[in-house]
This record gives sequence, C-alpha cells and structure tokens, in this order.
Amino acid sequence: METKNIMIVGVGGQGTLLASKLLGRLLLGRGYDVKVSEVHGMSQRGGSVVTYVRWGDRVYSPIIDKGQADCILSFELLEAARYTEFLKPGGRVIVNSQQINPMPVVAGMAVYPENLEEKLKALGIEVDALDALALAEEAGSSKAVNLVLMGRLAKYFDFTREEWMEAVEKSVPPKFLEMNRKAFGLGWSA
Amino acid sequence: MKTLMLGNEAFARGLYEAGCCFVSSYPGTPSTEITECAAKYEELYAEWAPNEKVAMEAALGASLAGKRSFCGMKHVGLNVAADPLFTISYTGVNAGLVIGVADDAGMHSSQNEQDSRHYAQAAKIPMLEPADSAEALAFAKLAYELSERFDTAVLIKMCTRVSHSQSVVEPGERVLPEQRKYEKNPAKYIMMPANAKKRHPEVEARTEALRNWAETAGINRIEPGQDSSCGIITSSTCYQYVKEALGDTCPVLKLGMIWPMPERKIRDFAATVQRLVVVEELDGFIETHCRNLGLSVSGKDLFSNIGELSQNLVKEKLGGTVQAGAVLEDAIPARPPVMCAGCPHRSIFYVLKKLKLTVLGDIGCYTLGAVAPLGAIDTTVCMGASVSGLHGFVKAGDEENAGRTVAVIGDSTFIHSGVTGLINIAYNESNATVIILDNSITGMTGHQQNPTTGYNLKGDPCTKIDLESLCHAVGIRRVRVVDPYDMESCETVIKEELAAAEPSVIISRRPCALLKYVKHPGPICVDTEKCRGCKACMNIGCPAISMVDGKATIDTTLCVGCGVCGQLCKFGALG
Repeated sequence: METKNIMIVGVGGQGTLLASKLLGRLLLGRGYDVKVSEVHGMSQRGGSVVTYVRWGDRVYSPIIDKGQADCILSFELLEAARYTEFLKPGGRVIVNSQQINPMPVVAGMAVYPENLEEKLKALGIEVDALDALALAEEAGSSKAVNLVLMGRLAKYFDFTREEWMEAVEKSVPPKFLEMNRKAFGLGWSA
Repeated sequence: MKTLMLGNEAFARGLYEAGCCFVSSYPGTPSTEITECAAKYEELYAEWAPNEKVAMEAALGASLAGKRSFCGMKHVGLNVAADPLFTISYTGVNAGLVIGVADDAGMHSSQNEQDSRHYAQAAKIPMLEPADSAEALAFAKLAYELSERFDTAVLIKMCTRVSHSQSVVEPGERVLPEQRKYEKNPAKYIMMPANAKKRHPEVEARTEALRNWAETAGINRIEPGQDSSCGIITSSTCYQYVKEALGDTCPVLKLGMIWPMPERKIRDFAATVQRLVVVEELDGFIETHCRNLGLSVSGKDLFSNIGELSQNLVKEKLGGTVQAGAVLEDAIPARPPVMCAGCPHRSIFYVLKKLKLTVLGDIGCYTLGAVAPLGAIDTTVCMGASVSGLHGFVKAGDEENAGRTVAVIGDSTFIHSGVTGLINIAYNESNATVIILDNSITGMTGHQQNPTTGYNLKGDPCTKIDLESLCHAVGIRRVRVVDPYDMESCETVIKEELAAAEPSVIISRRPCALLKYVKHPGPICVDTEKCRGCKACMNIGCPAISMVDGKATIDTTLCVGCGVCGQLCKFGALG
C-alpha cells in the first residue's frame, strides 16, 4: 500500500503531541509500518507546531513534504491555512475553527486573514470545520480540544469506537479519562 | 513486541539493554529525552550534571571504575565537553563509554547549525549515525562492544529528525556485563607529555583498526539498485529521504559509521556506478572524504550546506519532479514562539526595556525577551556568555555605557557556566550587574531539575544550591532578591544596583508558570467601562491579551492571573 500521511498542526501547548501518539499506537496495532515525527523545544512555547504521522507497508522518511499530505488535522484555523502547500490534490483539512491570534497580529503588525474556511474550499480542499473549543468546554475543559479533534478524525478511519477508546485510555491520565472520553464522543458525533 | 519509540527513547533502551549503569548528561534539545528515558529504568543510575564537561568527565570516571557509562548532550554541548573529549581519545576506557550528541540542522531550537561529525575526525573517536529508532537502539548496543573492543569512547550522532521521530522497534532484554576491575595504569590514564606521546601512536593505530572493521561492518551496507548510472552515499535521516525519493532505483551505500570511513568499500562502490552522489545534511563531510580518496563526486554542488534536506529536495536535485499543493493568496502571519502567559521573565524584560538598558542575554526561554514588543535583549551567544561578556563590556565601555548594562541568565544556565563568569567579575572587579532569572527549573528543554531546584533527575529531594550564598561566596557583596511580578520594586532595585559602586547580583525569583505545583489565581477580567483602549497592556507581549473593537480582551484559556498587565493599566481596567 502507498504510504498515507496526516499532518497534525496547531499552536504550541494545544496538545498536538498526544494526538499523534494516540494515532501512531492505533496504526501500529494494525500492523502498519509507522513513523511519527515531532518537533520539541522552542516552538512549543506558543509557536506554530507540526507533527507528521505516516503509515504504510514501509515508511522511510519521518517527515511529510509538500504535496504529500492526505489530510491536515489542524487545531487552529490559521495553522490550517499555513500548511496547504503540503496537501495532495484532493486532500482534506479537518480544522478547529477557533482562531488564536499570533503575536504579530496581537501586536498589530500583521492581519489575521478573513473567511479562511471559504478560501480553503475555493482552493479545492475538502474542509471539515468544527468548533472544537466549544465542544471541549462542554466536555469539561478547554484543554480537551485534542480529544474532540481525535473524535472527528476517527470518522475517516475504519477503527471501531472501542479501538479508539482503548488507545485513549492508554494515552491520558486516569484522572482525566472520563472528561477525555466525553470530549472524544462529542467530536465523534459532531 | 513491536512498539513505537522516539529515537531518543530507543537510544535509552539500547543503553539499558547493553547494561549501561551510569548516565550523566546536561539537557539540550534535541538530546534531552535520551537521558530522561534512561532515568525511567530503575536499574540504571542517571543524573543531570551542571554542564556537559562535568557529565563527560563523570561518565569517564564511571567507565574507569568498571561500569558501562553514557553522557548525552546537544551539538553545542559537545563544544563545552570538547576538552575532556580530545584527551579521552588518548586514555581510552575501561568499561564501555558512549557519548550521545544530537545535532539540530534547521535550528529548530538552537543558536547555531554546527555539524558535530567534525568532532569525531578531530578527536579521533569513532562515530555511529543511526537513521531511525531501531538503529538508535541497535547502535547504542554496538557502540559498547566497539568501545570495549577498541578501547575507545564511541560517539553516537543523532539529529532532530532521528531523535524526535517515533518509529518501530523491538525491545530486547537487558544483559548486564560483569563489572570490570579498575587497575592502576599511569601510562594510560595520566596524560602528561611523556605518557601522552606514547598514547598518540596508539590512537592513530586504533583509528586504522576501526577503519578495517568498518570495511566489512554490516552497518555500512550497500543496497543494490536497478540503475547504476547514479550511486548514492548517505547516512542518518538523509538515507530515509533518498529511499523515499528514489526507491530501489539507485544503488545506495548507507554508512552507519561516519568515522572512520571504510575506504575500500567506498572505492569499490564508486567503481560500480557511473556517477557518485553524496546526500548529507550540513557540511560535505562524507564528500570531502571521497574527494580525499581521489574520487569524482557530487554533493554540496547539489545540496545546500544550510538547513535540512527532505525527500522532495532529493527528488528534485536528482532529476525527478515534485508538485506542491495550492497556496492561499493571503499573507499568512508568522507564529513565532512567545513567552507563556504568566511567565515570570516577561515583567523583568519590560522593566529593562523601560530603563533603556543594554542587556546581554543568554540561552533559555528568556531568549524570547528579544522578541517584539519586549525587544529587550542585545546579545545571545552561548551558555554563560551574558555574565562573562558583561565583564568585558563594562571594563571596556565608555562613560556613556557606565551603569546602563546588565546580564540576564537563567538559574540552570548560571550554574552551567555563568558562575565562572561571575567569579571573574568579582576577582577582576568590574562594576557589573547580573540578573539571575531564577524560575526554579530548566525551562526551555521541558522542565528538567538542576542543582538549584532541590530535586534530582529521578525526582528525589537532594542538596539545593543556595544562589545567594554562592554569589556571596565568590565575592559579590550586593545580592538582592526580587519578585518579578512586582515591577515597581524590580525597577527600584535594578536602578539601585546599577548605581552602586561595586558588582551586584539581582535574583529575580518566581517559579515557571507551567510548573504543576504553581497555583494561579485564575484569569483576570477587563472592566470595559474603564478600558480606554490605550494599548499600554499590549507592550508586555502577553499572548492572553488582544484588542477587540478598541478594548483589551483577555483569552481566559491562557490567562493565569499574574497581574502584570494590571500594573501597566493607568485606568484600573485589568483585574
């Protein structure tokens, strides 16, 4: 099988690493060769962060290059727009419609582009947008945005809900399991 | 059982399985998790040392005492440890000694892009270069065998993409070798000229022996290809890019050992292909070696010595085509890293900027004080350079600069190599003012303990260095402690210490806002009646504050309620 590629992008501190860890674990369980690439360090301080998840019969490169991503799972709207170059023709964007102003916008030195969802669609990209922040808050914490988005991403895979839940259980602290389960469920059915 | 592991985690697993018993490192992205993961194995002693030189010397000591040992660091850390490295080459080891170094091509989290492979050649120490997690595990084990067989330390060079990529590994069992006996051997371990002169020829002979080993070693393997018009020599993550871009088209010589290189194998491989291309990141290290062998070779004429490579780059440069996805017409604003909401460093930089001081900076989260709107830092070079540099700056500065310059350095960085600079300030009497930004943790690398926190790597309580006493002990009489959240008193103290006629240290003390034990009051509220939209609160560059419809707005998911912005508001609108 041809290698499949998902980019998980967002703002440092949003919990993108947990999402990639969870997905990697599930795919490995299916017997695929899997590579997950992260960047730690400085960019985690509120910068733009990217994680690559790749799986197939044999995966070589740990990174996804321009024109290779089947899907971008974006934790923030602007970050989805930043990485469209990496999408394959006909690629999909699953995006949290939440907007987080980067410092140049906050400082008034740059403008956050308007109507990004429509503009992404105009490029021929299939856009699946949801207000993951609102759903996370409904589940009990704004920090559960990552589980809401995993729930939504799950729609595009053929793993059962039980398989996902098992992976969630292995990836989050027991204390927050119930809330994360709820968040995943809200994303799943949103 | 197959499992996914980060390259660094797999490296640690390899150390564990090889029976490594002693780990001493200094954190640095992208190397940190090797040591953090090693520390999770109970059978293994692991520690954070004050700096890389100390770590390497401690690891040598453990090796001499008879136990397999390890030290890890990032590329610039190897500069700090270069002194022991070059002479460990001469002493050799007793039990195996492995040194992990992680480069950061692309500078995701570093101040330079140096290529650590040069150290292997310069120090005459073998270097292995894994290309994924499975190799990181296997090479760690192999490195101990080589170390003991050839009586040498062995370098393992990681890079961001190998360190921070998870790939599939199959962990094995730990095999603990018998402790080797320490035997006194002055001719081998006392490197004074008479002894060192005798050791040097042995070092050269060892390199030749290792080169012979490399000729037939399985880790330097040739992968046949269908088309011999172009053959590729590569290593590390570049091997993955080559295979991804070209599949089995071209024959590939994959080098797992980057120093010393197998000359016969390279010559034989070159003879089977019409055109020889080296694909490597940063410097043309393998390429230069091929040229020295008299081979005609391409490399840096195709691939830049700046930044990272990728599969598309390899494909394009070797005749393929790639197609990028569509791009929006809108300019996408950059999203640079920023100091977190509630970061105790923010307010200090605001005060320094307000006082229009020249600020010599250092390495850590607080380097972000250089970014707009704070823009408070003038220099950042390397660990400790703020304090040592301040001494020279003050001594050589003109009258205009007198009393207008400070150094800022974090707690961990101060212990790493700031304290020696402070000793110089005291000893050679410069009227310098050093600000230690004590946030009670090593922040940027992801919260590692250090000698000032009172906890060790394993999380157990331990001796805590008292910074005030330390500064007093080296001869600084004026040591003040401030709370960075209280900007008024920070300003007063900084002014007083700059005016004083002797050196001083100001300790700005408040734990990192991200530490779990730190309790925050919770988000503040904006009184929109009182807010005049003057934007004074915007000058501290807090990610939780923005202007919406002419009024300050607080992002309640980010705000921790530090209250710093409220001190800037003349209208009492933030609280």
